[in-house]
Amino acid sequence: MTSGTFLGIPRRHRHEESPLRGETSFPKAAKTALANDQLRRNLKHATGTIRAKRALVVNEMPDWEQLRDAGAAVKTDVMARMPELLEQFEAKVIERGGVVHWAADAAEANAIVTELVRAQGVSEVIKVKSMATQEIGLNEYLEEQGIAAVETDLAELIVQLGHDKPSHILVPAIHRNRTEVRDIFLSEMTGVVEGLTDEPKQLAMAARSYLRAKFLSAKVAISGTNFGIAETGTVGVVESEGNGRMCVTLPETLITVMGIEKLLPRFEDLEVFLQLLPRSSTGERMNPYTSLWTGVTPGDGPQNFHIVLLDNGRTNALADQVGRAALHCIRCSACLNVCPVYERTGGHAYGSVYPGPIGAVLTPQLTGITGHDDPSASLPYASSLCGACYDVCPVKIPIPDLLVELRARAVDADRSRTIPGGWDAAMRAAAWVMSDAKRFAAVEKTLAVGRLVAGPDKLISTLPPPGSAWTRTRDMPAPPKQTFRQWWKESHPEGSIARSADPADTEQKDGHR
Amino acid sequence: MRIALIATCLGDALFPDVAKATTQLLERLGHEVVFPAEQVCCGQMHVNTGYLKEAVPVVEHHVEVFERARFDVAVAPSGSCVGSVRHQQAMVARRAGRTDLAERATALAGRTYELSELLVDVLGVTDVGAFYPHRVTYHPTCHSLRMLRVGDKPLQLLRAVEGIDLVELPGADQCCGFGGTFSIKNAATSSAMLADKVDNICSTGADRCTAGDASCLMNINGGLTRGEKGVQTVHLAQILNSTRERVAA
Ligand code: SF4
Repeated sequence: MTSGTFLGIPRRHRHEESPLRGETSFPKAAKTALANDQLRRNLKHATGTIRAKRALVVNEMPDWEQLRDAGAAVKTDVMARMPELLEQFEAKVIERGGVVHWAADAAEANAIVTELVRAQGVSEVIKVKSMATQEIGLNEYLEEQGIAAVETDLAELIVQLGHDKPSHILVPAIHRNRTEVRDIFLSEMTGVVEGLTDEPKQLAMAARSYLRAKFLSAKVAISGTNFGIAETGTVGVVESEGNGRMCVTLPETLITVMGIEKLLPRFEDLEVFLQLLPRSSTGERMNPYTSLWTGVTPGDGPQNFHIVLLDNGRTNALADQVGRAALHCIRCSACLNVCPVYERTGGHAYGSVYPGPIGAVLTPQLTGITGHDDPSASLPYASSLCGACYDVCPVKIPIPDLLVELRARAVDADRSRTIPGGWDAAMRAAAWVMSDAKRFAAVEKTLAVGRLVAGPDKLISTLPPPGSAWTRTRDMPAPPKQTFRQWWKESHPEGSIARSADPADTEQKDGHR
Repeated sequence: MRIALIATCLGDALFPDVAKATTQLLERLGHEVVFPAEQVCCGQMHVNTGYLKEAVPVVEHHVEVFERARFDVAVAPSGSCVGSVRHQQAMVARRAGRTDLAERATALAGRTYELSELLVDVLGVTDVGAFYPHRVTYHPTCHSLRMLRVGDKPLQLLRAVEGIDLVELPGADQCCGFGGTFSIKNAATSSAMLADKVDNICSTGADRCTAGDASCLMNINGGLTRGEKGVQTVHLAQILNSTRERVAA
C-alpha cells in the first residue's frame, strides 16, 4: 500500500514562493496566531455559529449517510477514470463552443490566463472566488503583469483590500470582525461614504456599489468552478451572494480555472453534490445561487469561454493512496469549521491556501515534502486526531487515518538519518520497553523517582524537556506508590492468570442479569 | 463471564485506581476478572506519532499475551486504547506485511470492549448499584465518541447512579487537547484547547469531571489543578465502583 516513492514526488511543482507551502512550521506559526486574542474570539464565534447551523440542517436529512456514501462513490469513480473523463469533458466543452487549455503547473496556468486577458486588451478583470487561482497565485502574477484582478466575493474582497491572506476556504475573512471590515473599507475602498458604520447592511451596501461599477465595466472575468461535468462539458459556481453570477454572465470573456479533480461523470451527479455541499459548507439547505454554464450561447452571456485545466501536483497525488483520497475533497470547509485546532489557530498558521484538516493532508501531497524541516512536513502533526473532521466530511475522507499514514511516511523517510532525532530514539526505546512486561515493570520502578519531585499535592509542575512543553500550562500527576500489577499480585494471590475454566463454568458466573 | 482486563500501560503505571475500580466493579457484578500479567501496551502512542514500524512488536506482544489468556471478552477502561485495538492494530500489522498478525488482531479486537460498551451491550446492565453523592459533569472523549461510537452508554450508566447530580457539559464533544504526543509537539495549541475545556467544566458548577479515559482526564486534571479550579477528575469506572458501603467506610 505504501509507496516508497513518497519522497520522489517530482519537485517541479515546488517553487519557493508557492501559495501552497508555508514559511514556518505549524507549531511556530500557531504560537503567533494563538497570541492574538481578537483573532481567537473572531474564530470561535464564527466557527461555533456555522457548526451549529450545519448540525441543524444535516440532522434533518434522513438519508444523509446514504448521500455521503453516494458522494464518496462518485469521487472514487472519478479518480479511477480520470484520463477518460477528462477527455470526454474536453470534447464536450469544445463541442459547445468553449476553448480548453491544459496547464501542468502554476506557471503554465498563469501564463495562459495572462495571454487570454491581454488578447482582450484590458488591464482590469473581475474575479469570483476561486481556490484554484489562489493556489497558483494568479492575482499576484497578474499584478506583476500590470493587470488588476478585482475579487467580487465579499469576503475575498475584504481580504484583498486588507492586503491580507485568506484564512478559510469558504469564509476567507473569517478571522476579521465587522469593525475591522469597516476600517478596511474606509481606508481602501474608493467612493465610500464617510459615516460608514459597522452595520452588516451598510457594509454590504458599500461593497455593492463599489462592485457594481466593476461588473458593468468589466470585459473579462475569471472564475473557479465547483464542478466540471464530463457528460455535458458543463461547469458551475455555487455561491451565496449573486456576485459570482454577475461575473459569469456580464463580461464578454469568461476564463474558468479548474483543478482536474473537480470532475463529475454525469449531470445527474449534481443531485448528490448540490445537497451535500451547501449543507456542509454554509449550513444552508440550498445555496442561494447556483450558476451552471455550458460553452457559449450566441447573444446570451459571455461570447468567449475558456477553461484552464490545472494539474499542479494533482496527477502525482492521484498516483498515491493518501493523495487520491484527499483529491475527493469538494472544498466545503466543514472540516475546518469543526476542527479544534483550526478554531484556535486560524488558517494562516497552516501556511497554505488549503488550511485546516484537509489542508494538513492535501498540502504535503501537492507540494511534496523535501525533508523534516520542510514546513509542509509539520502539517500532518497539526491535529489531535479527535476525528471531528471525518464525521462531517460529506465525501467521507478518512482524514485522521490519512494523517497517521502521512506521519508514518515522514518517520520512515527520516530513518536513513545517521543520527536519529530525539523522537526516534525515544520511540524506539519505548517500543522495546512496551513489548515486554519485565522491561516495562523495571521502567515503572524508576518512575517512582517522580514522587520525589512532586509537591505535597502529589503533582509535578516542572518537567525537563520535552515534558516541559506539557508542564508549562498543566501539572503532571506523581506516580502512585503501587502500580496496578503490584496491587493485583497482592489482591489476587491465586495467580495473575486465573485458573482455566470450562465454558459451562463461565455461563454460571454470568448470573447477575 | 470471564473477563480479561486490559489495564493499559498508562493505567498500570500512573492510574492504578482506575484498573482497580474496573476489577472490583466487575467482580461485584459477579464476574471473574483475569489479568494477563504479561501485557503492556496496545501500541497507540507509537501509531499516533507515526512510528508504525516500532508499533509492530508492541502490537504483536499484545496479541500474543491475550491469545494465551483464556477469557470470554476483554475490557479496557479506556476508549482510546480500545479504539487502537479495534481500528489500528490490524492496520499496523497489514502495513508491515504481516497478514497473519492482522487476522489475529482482528479476531481479538472482536472480543475487546470499552467499559461502558461491556456493561451496557454485553452484560446488559445500566444500573450497577453505585452511589456517588457529587455534582458530576461528563466529558465524552474523542475516541469513545468517534472511534467507538459509545454514544450515551456512559451517560445511561451515570444516570442510574444513586445520589449523583449529573450536569451537562457545554461543548462536550470538543477535544480536550491531549492527543498523546500532540500535547507536546503542538503544546501551545493543545493548551488553548485545554483552557476552553477547563472553562466549560467550571461553568457547570460541578465538583467532579468524569470520562472514560484516564489519559484525557490526566490532561484535564493538569489544567484544573494548575488553575486551582477546585474541580476533581474521576474515571467513570471509579464512580461506578463507588457504593454506599465504600463511601461509609
Ligand atoms: S475534506 Fe471533506 S469536509 Fe473538508 S473541505 Fe473537503 S469535502 Fe469538505
